[in-house]
Amino acid sequence: MSQSAILPEATPLIRATSHWPDRSFRWLAIGAACMILLLIALVGWQLSRGAHLAMTAFGPGFLTSSKWDPVTDEYGAWPFIFGTLLSSFLAIVIAVPLGVATALFLTEMAPLRLRQPIVTLIEMLAAVPSVIFGLWGIFMLVPWLRDHLFQWIAHSWLGYLPFFKGPIYGVSMLAGGIVVAIMILPIITSVSREILRSVPNLQREAAYALGATHWEVIRIAVLSYAGRGIFGAAVLGLGRALGETMAVTMVIGNRPEVSASLFAPGYTLASVIANEFTEANSDLYISSLFELGLVLLVVTFLVNAAAQLMLRTLTGQGMGKIK
Amino acid sequence: MTAATDTFEPSRAHQTWRRWKSRGMSVLLGVCAVAVISPLFLVLYFLVSKGASALDWNFFTQLPKPTGELGGGMANAIVGTLMLLGMAAVVGVPIGVMGGVYLAEYGSDRANYWIRFAADVLNGIPSIVWGVVVWALLVVPFKTFSAYAGGAALGFMMIPLIMRTTEEVLVLVPQSYREAGLALGIARWKIITVIVIKTALKGIITGILIATARIAGETAPLLFTALGNNFWNHNLSEPIAALPLQIYNYAISPYDDWHRQAWAGALVLMGMILTLNIIVRVISRGHNKSN
Repeated sequence: MSQSAILPEATPLIRATSHWPDRSFRWLAIGAACMILLLIALVGWQLSRGAHLAMTAFGPGFLTSSKWDPVTDEYGAWPFIFGTLLSSFLAIVIAVPLGVATALFLTEMAPLRLRQPIVTLIEMLAAVPSVIFGLWGIFMLVPWLRDHLFQWIAHSWLGYLPFFKGPIYGVSMLAGGIVVAIMILPIITSVSREILRSVPNLQREAAYALGATHWEVIRIAVLSYAGRGIFGAAVLGLGRALGETMAVTMVIGNRPEVSASLFAPGYTLASVIANEFTEANSDLYISSLFELGLVLLVVTFLVNAAAQLMLRTLTGQGMGKIK
Repeated sequence: MTAATDTFEPSRAHQTWRRWKSRGMSVLLGVCAVAVISPLFLVLYFLVSKGASALDWNFFTQLPKPTGELGGGMANAIVGTLMLLGMAAVVGVPIGVMGGVYLAEYGSDRANYWIRFAADVLNGIPSIVWGVVVWALLVVPFKTFSAYAGGAALGFMMIPLIMRTTEEVLVLVPQSYREAGLALGIARWKIITVIVIKTALKGIITGILIATARIAGETAPLLFTALGNNFWNHNLSEPIAALPLQIYNYAISPYDDWHRQAWAGALVLMGMILTLNIIVRVISRGHNKSN
């Protein structure tokens, strides 16, 4: 919304009566907008400054080393990078099909009376704080997973796969993935829903006219049209999943190990910072935690920027406005 | 020849199969929708069933008891959360609203593109990273964890949220209002504050409340800024208690009585957030009707 086209250069009258208040108000607005850029610079600068010590001490090997030992003051990021990527991947695998299915249900299937109440409930799910999901995760979800779902998986044919081997503690990579999936479902559902709503009705009518059934209309006319947008929604969800902290910290088990088994406890970049930052007793320890924060920032930035660009290009092509 | 007729006239069995497949998929999508909203009911059910029994008058009026003693409450954490939200608003509201004013009233398309992009980036920064950054910015130089630091961390998180919602509602104000103001010879800053912002005030307040509800439950940015406190604290340059922090600390503790209190605290926090959301809904419903 460029204002200058509608309100051209201030007329002499305005300039004469209100010279300095107008200018200072404008500068206040410019200053506030610049604060945004300043804050991003501040975040990047503070993290790199804090991480400097660890960067010089460990070099790029920091990212691939699996040793995390405060006693000998040696630090490596790999278990945390692995845990962050794996738990987010699990969350996406669980949440994307469910979220897209729910969005399809809301735009294509559900009776009109039901749509708004379901949307409201999903918005409420988005309002639940991370720490409350964590509390529920510790005392309700994890015991249930340990005693029922994980037992069932371990005793079915899936138990022969390397992903479902080893002792079952309950707190695990899979529990972390499930909790994060619940937390990113609202955003995936609402963005997918925006995209599905922007599919032109002509598409649907054309498919119906060819004699397609309801499901065939969805598959041929709606999903193929909205495919790229849904991919963007999934990437946006991934960005959220990577940075999720409290709930994951409370259910993932917090053990810096790389294991193929999803039943094994893991650790993520965000949760190691949350757990160990106040306990860090050497400069190198704190600096290593800063570097983990920097890694997390760079990864989430790349993923979020990719999602924004993807969804932006779609809006440019007339896919409707995406919030 | 028979093959050709087959393709032109699908068999009755195939038609039936397609119809049943369609019905089956409808049911499946419905089941998925139920699966997506069921965690909400599960969480709310356990919050109420576990939390309500631990809620009593003491919970709202007393300080936490030392380890091993039963009872006590979270009065200081409730007040602390309200104070932190107030400080966050002091940081986030002016910058967020003025940034929104810039986007809607002043910025060129090109500048707006980048500032919106930057706001989205800022919004995507993980909350734990805010905690680390504010620790380096406000805790290390002053050598103490403080309520100021916690409020600043939450305030920074509010800025992009408020900015985008403010912009959205300001853009909806008809151009003719601004032109009418100019025609009367009113200064531009007065047009913006007295006409444009006033017209869109309901929407701006709604945006502020939504942002407040979003950060009210944030824990990660407070872990190493506000830190938490077991006592009353009215000195903002010292550590302060917050409801989400208290819930977290009690939840990971080994004591049953603390777990009970964590549920009660979670119920209160959820109640605060849902109340904010309901207020937003009531306001915006009135707004839609008036249009």
